[in-house]
Amino acid sequence: MKIIVCIKQVPNTTEIKIDPVKNTLIRDGVPSIINPDDKTAIEVALQLKEKHGAEVVVLTMGPMQAEKALREALAMGADEAYLLSDRAFAGSDTLATSTIIAAAVKKLGADLVLCGRQAIDGDTAQVGPQIAEHLGIPQITYAAAVDYDAEREVLVVKRQFEDRYQTLEAKGLCLVTVLSTLGTPRYMNVWDMVAQDEKEIGIITFADLDLDKANIGLSGSPTKVKSTATKQFDKTIETVELDPEGAARAIVDALKARHLI
Amino acid sequence: MAKNVWVFCEQRDGELQSVAIELLGVARELADKVNEKVVALLLGDGVSAKANDLVAYGADEVRVVDHANLKHFVTEYYAQAVTQLVKANDPNVVLFGATSIGRDLAPRLSARLHTGLTADCTKLEMDEAGNLFMTRPAFGGNLFATIICPEHRPQMSTVRPGVMKKPEFDGARKGDIIQETINWDDSKAVVKVVEEVKETKNVEKIEDAKILVSCGRGVKDVAPAFDVAKKVKGTVSSSRSLVDSGIIEHARQVGQTGKTVRPQAYLAFGISGAIQHLAGMEESEYIVAVNTDVNAPIFKVANLGIVADANAVLKQLDKIL
Repeated sequence: MKIIVCIKQVPNTTEIKIDPVKNTLIRDGVPSIINPDDKTAIEVALQLKEKHGAEVVVLTMGPMQAEKALREALAMGADEAYLLSDRAFAGSDTLATSTIIAAAVKKLGADLVLCGRQAIDGDTAQVGPQIAEHLGIPQITYAAAVDYDAEREVLVVKRQFEDRYQTLEAKGLCLVTVLSTLGTPRYMNVWDMVAQDEKEIGIITFADLDLDKANIGLSGSPTKVKSTATKQFDKTIETVELDPEGAARAIVDALKARHLI
Repeated sequence: MAKNVWVFCEQRDGELQSVAIELLGVARELADKVNEKVVALLLGDGVSAKANDLVAYGADEVRVVDHANLKHFVTEYYAQAVTQLVKANDPNVVLFGATSIGRDLAPRLSARLHTGLTADCTKLEMDEAGNLFMTRPAFGGNLFATIICPEHRPQMSTVRPGVMKKPEFDGARKGDIIQETINWDDSKAVVKVVEEVKETKNVEKIEDAKILVSCGRGVKDVAPAFDVAKKVKGTVSSSRSLVDSGIIEHARQVGQTGKTVRPQAYLAFGISGAIQHLAGMEESEYIVAVNTDVNAPIFKVANLGIVADANAVLKQLDKIL
């Protein structure tokens, strides 16, 4: 079984702050990490490898510094790593990104494609299902458990919803997006850390893939960012200092005035 | 030319989901701007009877696909049905709830229809030419981006549940109900649903509460908050820190990684107001904040800000109510 895990290097958004004067994002010094859901996808792949034997290939798209995320995945135990990097890919929205990644998956060949549910910088959860559609394969999103029944050759997935779950079975190539709650990613292991140093990271460019420029990059993206803004608040504020009795009274009065109690 | 605003009206076990109703409200505003129709899509098995409700909430037209293939949510069958209807009718806009169903189906469709999709929108506006402006949070709520899809139709977006206001139910409204037939391709539906299990959790739904008594890191003991909530017929919610420390269950969390709420009164006790939290509650009709730190960002969104110890105030409230 050959498993391709699609990962993304993201800024650790919990550490992003707003510059109070310029009202812009402060990105300097914010560490880059493997997106948490994607890291769990790597873990799932490695567990399938341990149980059933598999070749685990990690794939990412991004600038050259995204190599660091791939090195970390190799140090966790992945067998091969590929970086999709080309100026022609820059500015891609989710649809264009998925077009590029799908072309790479097709080129590399796989029996199972794993992704994280969503990335913490964009939170869209779109690229996984879009890759699956481009490849013409089924998708299973929001996976809370993934197992392989070797005897029947079916993938068994617990698919989580807000109020229920489904147990799904898929035969043949499919794409699964996993929740980070599925499992705790292992730490990098010393031997793999040493071994990964020896490994080459494959670079895949536009020229390597069967792609139409009209469908990728900024010009091939149906959606465009028109404007961005940081949050502005415009409430009328009344802040008062009160003792507990006065505070409780003020709250009760306010609720009564609005006929809420 | 592409026209009309379509809403994918999510149902589960035949029950319309709140977000479907919320979407009909915003779809009505968008369609009125360009004098077009609101079209509700109702997909499921044995769901036709719900079509009238969708008209009452603002749909001019309901397109119903009532078929056994749609009993459970299966991406491929739902995608086939919506794709065929979209291709036959060329809508200008298609909206979905940003639920675990909408966020699975909509991206699949965007790739199949080769059009843009904007996730988790919190604001939608339309210009006279029918262009949709879709605003969504990014970078953990630190930034808001307005996205357009100028050259592809339909313009599609998923919308966060709880953000848009529910329209009034008007039983006298008239609309057309159209039963649709789909040419199913069973060979593509290879994922089998072995079982579907409902998880009934005994948690009150914070998104339905009129009054929320919300606790943050500054609350040392949540018991008085539960007492106060009971007395005002409200519900307890919380910020992320109490969820992370295991004191309050995740279903009660308000904010970017929790739920978006808009109660009639939101009482924030000991909540400092990180941007991720504010994103989930700032649309509340009336906001009271109690915090010892006069510089806490929560005061920026509060209608009534009280600098005081949240624990003492909660105890006092419990006493006088």
